[in-house]
Amino acid sequence: MAQTPTSTMSPEGAQAKAEKRAEAAPGLPRTGPGRLQEALRDAVMTAALAGVLGFFFLALRTDIAPGGLAITTRWGLWFSAIAIVFAGRLALNLFWFDKRGGGRAAVKTTAKTTVVSEGLDFMTIAGWVMFAVAVVLPFLIMWLLPGQQRQLIDLSILILTYVMLGWGLNIVVGLAGLLDLGYVAFYAVGAYSFALLSTHFEFIGFWVALPLAGLLAAIWGVILGFPVLRLRGDYLAIVTLAFGEIIRVVLLNWYQFTGGPDGISRIPKPTLFGLEFARGDDGFAAFFGLEYSTIHRFIFIYYIIFVLAIVTHLVTVRLRRLPVGRAWEAMREDEIACRSLGINTTNTKLTAFAIGAMFGGFAGSFFATRQGFISPESFTFLESAIILAIVVLGGLGSQFGVVIASIVMIGGIELLRNLGFLQQIFGEGFDPVRFRMLFFGMAMVAIMVWKPRGLISTREPSVVLKHRKKIGADMVSQGEGH
Amino acid sequence: MDYFLQQLINGLTLGSIYGLIAIGYTMVYGIIGMINFAHGDIFMVGAFIALTTFLILTSVLGFAFLPVVLLIVLIIAMLFTAAWGWTVERVAYRPLRGSFRLAPLITAIGMSIVLQNFVQVTQGARVKPLPPQIRGGIQVIEGVQLSYMQIIIIVTTVVLMAAFTLLIARTSLGRAQRACEQDQKMAALLGVNVDRTISLTFVMGAALAAVAGIMFMLLYGVIDFYIGFLAGVKAFTAAVLGGIGSLPGAMLGGLLIGLIEVFWSGYFSVEYKDVAAFSILAIVLIFLPSGLLGKPEVEKV
Repeated sequence: MAQTPTSTMSPEGAQAKAEKRAEAAPGLPRTGPGRLQEALRDAVMTAALAGVLGFFFLALRTDIAPGGLAITTRWGLWFSAIAIVFAGRLALNLFWFDKRGGGRAAVKTTAKTTVVSEGLDFMTIAGWVMFAVAVVLPFLIMWLLPGQQRQLIDLSILILTYVMLGWGLNIVVGLAGLLDLGYVAFYAVGAYSFALLSTHFEFIGFWVALPLAGLLAAIWGVILGFPVLRLRGDYLAIVTLAFGEIIRVVLLNWYQFTGGPDGISRIPKPTLFGLEFARGDDGFAAFFGLEYSTIHRFIFIYYIIFVLAIVTHLVTVRLRRLPVGRAWEAMREDEIACRSLGINTTNTKLTAFAIGAMFGGFAGSFFATRQGFISPESFTFLESAIILAIVVLGGLGSQFGVVIASIVMIGGIELLRNLGFLQQIFGEGFDPVRFRMLFFGMAMVAIMVWKPRGLISTREPSVVLKHRKKIGADMVSQGEGH
Repeated sequence: MDYFLQQLINGLTLGSIYGLIAIGYTMVYGIIGMINFAHGDIFMVGAFIALTTFLILTSVLGFAFLPVVLLIVLIIAMLFTAAWGWTVERVAYRPLRGSFRLAPLITAIGMSIVLQNFVQVTQGARVKPLPPQIRGGIQVIEGVQLSYMQIIIIVTTVVLMAAFTLLIARTSLGRAQRACEQDQKMAALLGVNVDRTISLTFVMGAALAAVAGIMFMLLYGVIDFYIGFLAGVKAFTAAVLGGIGSLPGAMLGGLLIGLIEVFWSGYFSVEYKDVAAFSILAIVLIFLPSGLLGKPEVEKV
């Protein structure tokens, strides 16, 4: 008679053995004299590959010269790249892969269900600490680093914009499980709605346009959502990508309406109950008897995006507890089961698209008012990819993960601007800013390979039986669109 | 009428290039079920390698006989681009095999950003012009010109497609690929080296993309680090339109996208040709959710 399965039992048999063998990944022998030799050989192979790959890009360079293209050689660069790859790979082989057991990251299953009894856990505390820091951030910056206050507040605004966009997209991808590669379209709709409304009608300011922009973006979300209702997974992904591109191309070419590549400029700045942040007798500073400073406007804009982001978060958290939010999550897990239980998946999908798009629209109109100028340049596919990357890298469906990923990716990349000292090491021609996106891409790949489920690896189910508990991220299905 | 024929020829030429890139997408999708977003940029890398090789051969080494030069360029570009394709798979996709569906999609987008910016940093952001190398053509009928370049592109595509179909249908590698497509675990149990088969799929896709890169470079005479994106999206659109996972579908989709684009620019407006291609895609998918030649997905309960 078979035993009753218990949680401490481990599987037996050939399959389990094969899996164990695969986990122990042969790669390199762990100890002994053969190890160094193996490591060296592997490093030589990697360096040779780097040489092959780099030959046409590092060693040779084509430039426009009088009478056609000319080739310049840069052997020094090529050889140093090969040397760096060799040294790096050797170091990895000797000191890193050994500990992890093999050069290839075995796919680990972290399907552990931890029951969190009561009270506060680490993530909730971290969330509140972050919230508290975010509330006083501008003043903290002004107090600690008055020299760079403008830059740093600007960077915080940028990070918060991405947090908000990430949370908006999280509704579509993380909760409803619909893979959307064209989220930037709604961002663009929001930005252009506000820009066009405010430039055509004098009386429409930021606060009037904000809900209108959100509404228009939501309508667009439904319009674009309709045709793709029947599509799944990657088909959905490509069609949403196509819609994003269509909107950008239209914005670029409909010159009379959108200004084409010139974009729209002189978009009004937001006001505080009619008070403008300008020098003069009726400005914000004069009204409150403060000395005029340009930093006031930055702080104000910071708080606008902060409030918008918090609203996005709160709405998402509340929606998850409503029937529609539960339907989204149920649809993400199993659409067929969902339909057989009588959930109208059409409406469920459309609401996910519409609400996600609405927050994208809010963020877009914020973007327009912050920049004062918009053009189709700002709404490329890259922007969609960055937002999606933030959502997935943070941990799909995890609100906290989006914040962490935005800080790491956007903040980390902007840090490169401050690495001026590198210029002294590598010479005048070295400009770290040029490598920003290169590092961004590398970080995307590295983080995903390191943590395929995102930086935050636990999720909180919205519906529980008896206990509130956290579950491993791999127990939740990912935006596969079905 | 002659205008129509001329546009038809131009469309077929452009469609051949898209088709060759689309094959790379569709093969990878068929075998591991992921969108290889970096494939468009592999195409761009191939075009750059071809350009540099071409310049070395003609201006540094002084070869003058064009057919030989082009043949060498073709071989070198295919080899080196294949190395890039292999590396991308090894670095970004293999560690995530068997992982969650979105993880390789994100690394693919990451790789695409890396490749674009790597080329931009190392080769500069400015466009690289190359004067037309193959001039002349034949007059088919009055007013319809079929240039030698177009003949070369169409013939090369037909030859490669035929070779490729044979490869998939007749050789042991092709059988291994089809086996991995059906069931990787079962294929592995029967002695197919799955990792190697998948690597070779990427290698072949990259080599075909390199051919497309050379043809693009010769046809348009100008390349930059950004050509991969749009060509990649169009080719992927083509693959989806034809039914992703199907080789004849990729070619058919490529030709259709090429034709739509050229006819739209010829008869309506050049600015909105991308809108036309993408709209057709959306419309086709609404009525045929798995593309023109794709197998409908079976819902398992």
